[in-house]
Amino acid sequence: MILEKKRSDLVTMILFSMVVLSMPIWLNPLGANYPDLLQKFAIFGIFAIGYNILFGLTGYLSFGHAIFLGVGSYTAVWSFKLLSMNVIPAVISSVILAGIVAAFVGFVSLRRSGIYFSILTLAFAQMFYNLAYSVLTPITNGETGLQLALEDPRVIDRLFSTAGEGLPSTELFGLSMSGYSGFYFCAVMLIVAFYVSLKIFNSPFGLKLKAIKSNQHRMKYTGYNTRPYLLTAFIISGMFAGLAGALMAVTDPLAGAERMQWTASGEVVLMTILGGVGTLYGPLLGVVIIKYLENIFSAVNEAVLQTFFDFLPSWLQDTMVVIVSPFVGEGWHLTLGLMFMGIVIFLPGGITEGFQKMKKRFFTKENSESSNQEGK
Amino acid sequence: MSDNTKDQNTISRRNMLKTSAALAAAPMFFTKGAYAKDFTNNPGNSSTVTLGFNVPQTGAYADEGADELRAFKLAVKHLNGKGDGGLMNTMKPMNLKGNGILGKKVVYVTGDTQTKSDAARASAKRMIEKDGVIMFSGGSSSGVAIAVQSLAQEAGVIFMAGLTHSNDTTGKDKRRYGFRHFFNAKMTGSALGPVLKEEMGISRNAYHLTSDYTWGWTQEESIKETTEALGWNTTATVRTPVGAGDFSQFITPILNSGADTLILNHYGKDMINSLTQSVQFGLRDKLVNGKQFEIIVPLYSRLMAQGAGENLQGILGTTNWDWQLRDEGSKAFVKSFGTEYGFPPSMAAHTCYVQTLLYANACENAGTFYPPEVIRQLEGFKFDGMGNGETEYRAEDHQCFKDVLVVRGKQNPSSQFDLLDIVKEVPRSEVEYDASIFGGNLGPYKV
Repeated sequence: MILEKKRSDLVTMILFSMVVLSMPIWLNPLGANYPDLLQKFAIFGIFAIGYNILFGLTGYLSFGHAIFLGVGSYTAVWSFKLLSMNVIPAVISSVILAGIVAAFVGFVSLRRSGIYFSILTLAFAQMFYNLAYSVLTPITNGETGLQLALEDPRVIDRLFSTAGEGLPSTELFGLSMSGYSGFYFCAVMLIVAFYVSLKIFNSPFGLKLKAIKSNQHRMKYTGYNTRPYLLTAFIISGMFAGLAGALMAVTDPLAGAERMQWTASGEVVLMTILGGVGTLYGPLLGVVIIKYLENIFSAVNEAVLQTFFDFLPSWLQDTMVVIVSPFVGEGWHLTLGLMFMGIVIFLPGGITEGFQKMKKRFFTKENSESSNQEGK
Repeated sequence: MSDNTKDQNTISRRNMLKTSAALAAAPMFFTKGAYAKDFTNNPGNSSTVTLGFNVPQTGAYADEGADELRAFKLAVKHLNGKGDGGLMNTMKPMNLKGNGILGKKVVYVTGDTQTKSDAARASAKRMIEKDGVIMFSGGSSSGVAIAVQSLAQEAGVIFMAGLTHSNDTTGKDKRRYGFRHFFNAKMTGSALGPVLKEEMGISRNAYHLTSDYTWGWTQEESIKETTEALGWNTTATVRTPVGAGDFSQFITPILNSGADTLILNHYGKDMINSLTQSVQFGLRDKLVNGKQFEIIVPLYSRLMAQGAGENLQGILGTTNWDWQLRDEGSKAFVKSFGTEYGFPPSMAAHTCYVQTLLYANACENAGTFYPPEVIRQLEGFKFDGMGNGETEYRAEDHQCFKDVLVVRGKQNPSSQFDLLDIVKEVPRSEVEYDASIFGGNLGPYKV
């Protein structure tokens, strides 16, 4: 039984790795196979996977996860500025620092549950965002954002070589971290993150988290102190967010405070719900959809639409352009909103639930255990 | 169950072989397409060349962004030899032929910066990596301009900054691949100083409200430097977040601060909101220490004047260009923009249009799209007939030097566009400064 489980984990991991690493190929027809967007898919994938460990398993809805994303980014950029352009120290220090901040925020926020917890995290998010803009500007450089400069010390790099003429770029032992190599680095990180998440989902620890979600009181009566588990889950998901933030800085060494804005926290909630809360793959689906809309849909302008509807007679072409154009370009939020409404109303379990329903309809003989985890 | 697993296993093995083979090929294929050429996004033998226009379509600077986009589209039209040619009729010296750039038809892609550095860089990266742009332009926030300018340097694609007014853009954050036609806060200060002295005297207490980012900081610094040189006091400098919407909490303290002059280092919708609220709070009707309370908006444009309405009447500021200028270039541009869209262009539109033409002309002069050659053509380039009189792209910091306009909100506007009176055209020589005062380093030609 255990062996079988292990084997199916292995299969999952192999399949997942293949899907992730072959993204440049299968995203080609969708016009999404350029490095920046691929990197975003992987980075926000990590963010959403980590968020799902908290929200999906324990049901605690945090509106403050962008804090850890921001902390991760700032730490990574400072590591590039002070230590080295190598990404290893940046990633490690970001994850650790994000974990420490998460421990603090979690310690305070987790004293309450439900809506009060959400409000507390939201308050923290707003607080950190405003700190980044006001008192902490020497560290964050405010609205302008933290950037690399030629005169940065970079002490470790200076031990081995002298500074070049232009700004250095981030690297992994000589391998540049922009373009496709940057994507593959993020993809490997995503696979590792997914593996950790898979292990947590299947572990006794994960089971306890699920128990907290289904009925925390009952769990307390059986003699469990739930708070350490919650705090651990919170810190782990904060560290995932820190890793995502670090990777954002790795692929593009710049950190801005808008990364910590509550809208960024809201975005990851959207991604998770859109894809399917509490499922392993759901959040990733949400990430791909939202980032795709944001980057590709938002760039569609009227000229593009004209060519798209070229096959129609000209009067119909013009009408179609008029009808469709509010939903693309700067109106991509509208499309996203409609889609989100549709999913929340008809598929409360997210797109993953849609797949399950389809599976049920076409393979009815398979008695699925109706694994509708999110309940209510 | 176990059968099932086995089945899946074999499939995955086969799949893995297939995919890994494809994967091994993929990176080489893609890098070849994008990077292995002599320079980034070389149009090569293609019959078209792509430009990227990255402007704020949402957020506090969306009005400016929309007007910039109109100007870019017009510039592309003129470069491709359609329309009336606009400034191509008046620009001197000029090598443009109206057949695109170097014989290649100009096409363009657009993007939304959302007035955020992150989003702007993502959008610019999409243009560079996916759409293959050879040059990109746009602006309206200096924070964004600086962020994408350093991206331009990393990627080796030229960035022709649109509206950006911070000293840092061509100061401490200047880049070899970034160029700015627009003027900056330092020049605003130099131009405004004498007028302020004349109109408001030499003993005033100034209170600054400042947008909390690079542009606000440098403008506050430059204006403070100017006014303190006149003998003014600076009562306080308060930083406000960009896109705050409600400024009342910042305005109330001014009433009791003893200040008699408010300097609004705001732009776009921020300035419209803060100015409107200042007027509503009765600041302009106040007498402080026997002096009439005055408001100064160091940088403003006709678009903002339209938004602020009568609140802006009588208020002093500077602009880069105004559609009411009577030189040949300005007339030609206003005419062709007006024919296209039915209303006069803003200064944001003007600078973006001019930047596009300047880039195209530099490519023609260089005879190639190879960025280091194009950059050398732009550096030190002197031109005329583009609406600002004789203008020079200074080689040391890629800043354009030209006359600066001091303007005042018109008391009795005759139309919704006729909103500014030109108080003074400050000649270029009075706003020039030493390129080395801000530090910074342009970086290499070849990346």
